[in-house]
Amino acid sequence: MSAPVWQRRRAAAVDVWRQFRANRGALFGTAFIALLVLFSLLAPLLIDQRGLEVVTATGGSLEPPSGEYWLGTDESGRSVMLLTLWGARVSLLVGFAATLLSVVVGTLVGVVSAHFGGWISAVLMRITDFFLVLPALVLAAVLMAVLPTSMWTVIMAIGVTSWPTTARLVRAQTLSVESRPYIERSKALGGGHAHVIGKHVLPSVLPLVFANTTLVVGGSIIAESTLAFLGMSGPEISWGSMLDRANQSGAVTAGAWWYLLPPGIAIVLVVLSFTLVGRGLETVLNPRLKGER
Amino acid sequence: MTTSPTEQHATDPDERRDGTSATRYVAGKVGGALVSLVFVVALGFFLFRMIPGDPLVTMTRERPTDPEQLAHLRERLGLDRPVWQQFLDYVAGLLQGDFGTSYMYRRPVGDMIAERVWPTVLLVGTATVLAVLLGLWLGVRAAWRRGGTFDRTQTGIALALWSMPQFWLGLLLLIATQGVFPSRGMTSVDPPDGFAAQALDVAWHLTLPCLTLLLVIYAQYMLVMRSSLLEEMGADYLRTARAKGLRDDLVRRRHAVPNALLPTMTLIFLQFGMVVSGTVTVEAVFSWPGLGLLTYESLRGPDLPVLQGVFVILAGSVIVMNLLADLLYRVVDPRVRAS
Repeated sequence: MSAPVWQRRRAAAVDVWRQFRANRGALFGTAFIALLVLFSLLAPLLIDQRGLEVVTATGGSLEPPSGEYWLGTDESGRSVMLLTLWGARVSLLVGFAATLLSVVVGTLVGVVSAHFGGWISAVLMRITDFFLVLPALVLAAVLMAVLPTSMWTVIMAIGVTSWPTTARLVRAQTLSVESRPYIERSKALGGGHAHVIGKHVLPSVLPLVFANTTLVVGGSIIAESTLAFLGMSGPEISWGSMLDRANQSGAVTAGAWWYLLPPGIAIVLVVLSFTLVGRGLETVLNPRLKGER
Repeated sequence: MTTSPTEQHATDPDERRDGTSATRYVAGKVGGALVSLVFVVALGFFLFRMIPGDPLVTMTRERPTDPEQLAHLRERLGLDRPVWQQFLDYVAGLLQGDFGTSYMYRRPVGDMIAERVWPTVLLVGTATVLAVLLGLWLGVRAAWRRGGTFDRTQTGIALALWSMPQFWLGLLLLIATQGVFPSRGMTSVDPPDGFAAQALDVAWHLTLPCLTLLLVIYAQYMLVMRSSLLEEMGADYLRTARAKGLRDDLVRRRHAVPNALLPTMTLIFLQFGMVVSGTVTVEAVFSWPGLGLLTYESLRGPDLPVLQGVFVILAGSVIVMNLLADLLYRVVDPRVRAS
C-alpha cells in the first residue's frame, strides 16, 4: 500500500484518539480494563493457588471479613477476595473469546448478505432475524444442557447466540458503503468480490465493528455469569460460578453479603467499563451519532 | 443477550417503506413468523438429538434399572425407532398439545407447562405494565430537559442497571430486605381464607420478583422514549403549537408525546425475548412457580423433555409477540400504512 494512504490513516487514528481522550468515562474504562487484563495475566505469579483449593483452604465456613480474610470466606473456607481476583481470569477469557466468535460470525454474515444481495441475503437475514428474536439466554442454556459442560462450550453457546446484532449493524453499514460511487468505479475497473470487500468495505466497516465489539464483551460477561448461575459452567472459578455457589450454599439466608457483593461488583465494574468504552468509541467512530447527544 | 441500551429501532427502515399493500404486508409478516415457528420446532427436536450418549442413561442415572425395564422405557419413549419417524411423531404430538413425558416426574410435559403459565403471565404482565409506565415517564422527562441533571442521572442509573446480572440484583434485594418480604414461592405455606386476603398474600410474594424484573427492563423503554421524543422535538408542528401560545406542558402532552409513543409501543412487544430471558433468572432466584423456574429446574435435572417443551413454548411465544409488534406498528402509525 502506498505511503499517503498510511499517512492519512495515521492522521485519522490520531484524530480519533484525541476525541476519545476527551470522554472521561471511556478513558476510565480503558484504564480499568487494561489494569485488570494485566493483572489476570500475572495472577498465577501473584496468587498462591493453594488458597483456591477446597482441601487446602484454611478458613472457617462463611466467616465474615476479618484481618486475615479481608472479604471473609466462602462455604468451604476459601478467601472470597482471592477467589474474586482469580475469577477475573475465566470471566474475562470467556467474555473475550465469546465476543470474538460472535463478532466474526456477525461480520461475516453481515458483509456477505449485504455484498451479494439476492437470495443469499434473504436467507441470511431470515436466519439473523430468527436468532435476533429468540430469547438468547434460553437458547444458550439449552445448548449447554445438551453439550458436554466445559468452558469452551460456554464460549460457544454465548458466541452462537449473540451474533445477530453485529450482523444487522454490519449489513446496514456495508449497504451504505456499497452504494457510494467509488465502489462502482472499483467494480468497473475489474475489482472482484474479494477486492471490493477486502480493500473497500472492510476498512470502512471495521471501526464500527470495533466499537460494537466492546459492547458485546460486556454482554458476554453477563451472559457467562447468568449461565453459571443456572448451573451451566465448567469447573473453573469465575464470578458467575462463585455467585451460583453462594446462592446454592445459602449465603443469602445466612446474610453473607461479603460472599455475594465482591463477584457481583466486579462484574458490574467490568461491564460498565466496556460499555463506557463502547459508547465512547461509538460517538467518535459512528458518523451518524456525531453532533448528537 | 447483548442488546445494548442504545436507541435502536428493530424494524428496518427499508422494510417499513416497501410494503405495497396491506394484505401483502400482513401475509409477509405472518409467513415469516410461520417459518420461524417451523425453525423453532425443528431446532427443539434436533438440538436434543445432539446429546452425546443415550438419553436413557441420563434418565436412569442414580436409579438401578434392569435391562427389561430399559427396553420397556425405550419402547415407550419411542427411542427404538428411526430419527425421522421420531421427528414426525414429535411434530404430530406437538400439534395435539402432547409434549412428551418428563424424565423426572413421569408426568406429561404439557400438563407441567400448563400449570406454570399463569404465575409467569402474572409476573411478566405486572412487571411489564409498571416498567412501561415508569420508562415512558422517565424518558419523557429526560428528553424534555435534555442534558440536564435529571437526564444525566437517569441515563447513568440505566447504564448501571444494564451492567448488572439480573439474578445478582435479585439476590441483593433479597439480602437487603432480609425477611421483610417472602424469599420464595407465590403463596404462604398455609394461605389465608377469603379471596381478598389471598390476593394480598400473592401480591406480597410478587413484590420482590416484580421489582427485580421491572428494574431490569424499564431502562430500554426509557431510552427509546427519550430518543424518540428527541427526534420529534425539532419538528415544525411543535413550533406551531408553541407559536399559537400553548403552555410548554400542553405542547409536550398533547403534541410531542403522542407522536413519540409510536416506536415505544411496538418495543413493548419486541422486548419480549429479553423479558423472557429475565424471567428465567428472576423466577429461579425467588422460586416463583412459573415457566422460568420450570426451565431452571429442567436445566438442573437435566430433564430434557421438559426443557424441550419449555423451549418450544417460550421461543414460540416470543415469535408470536414479534408478529404482533409488526402488525400493531402498521395499525398505529398511519405513515406506514400510507406509504
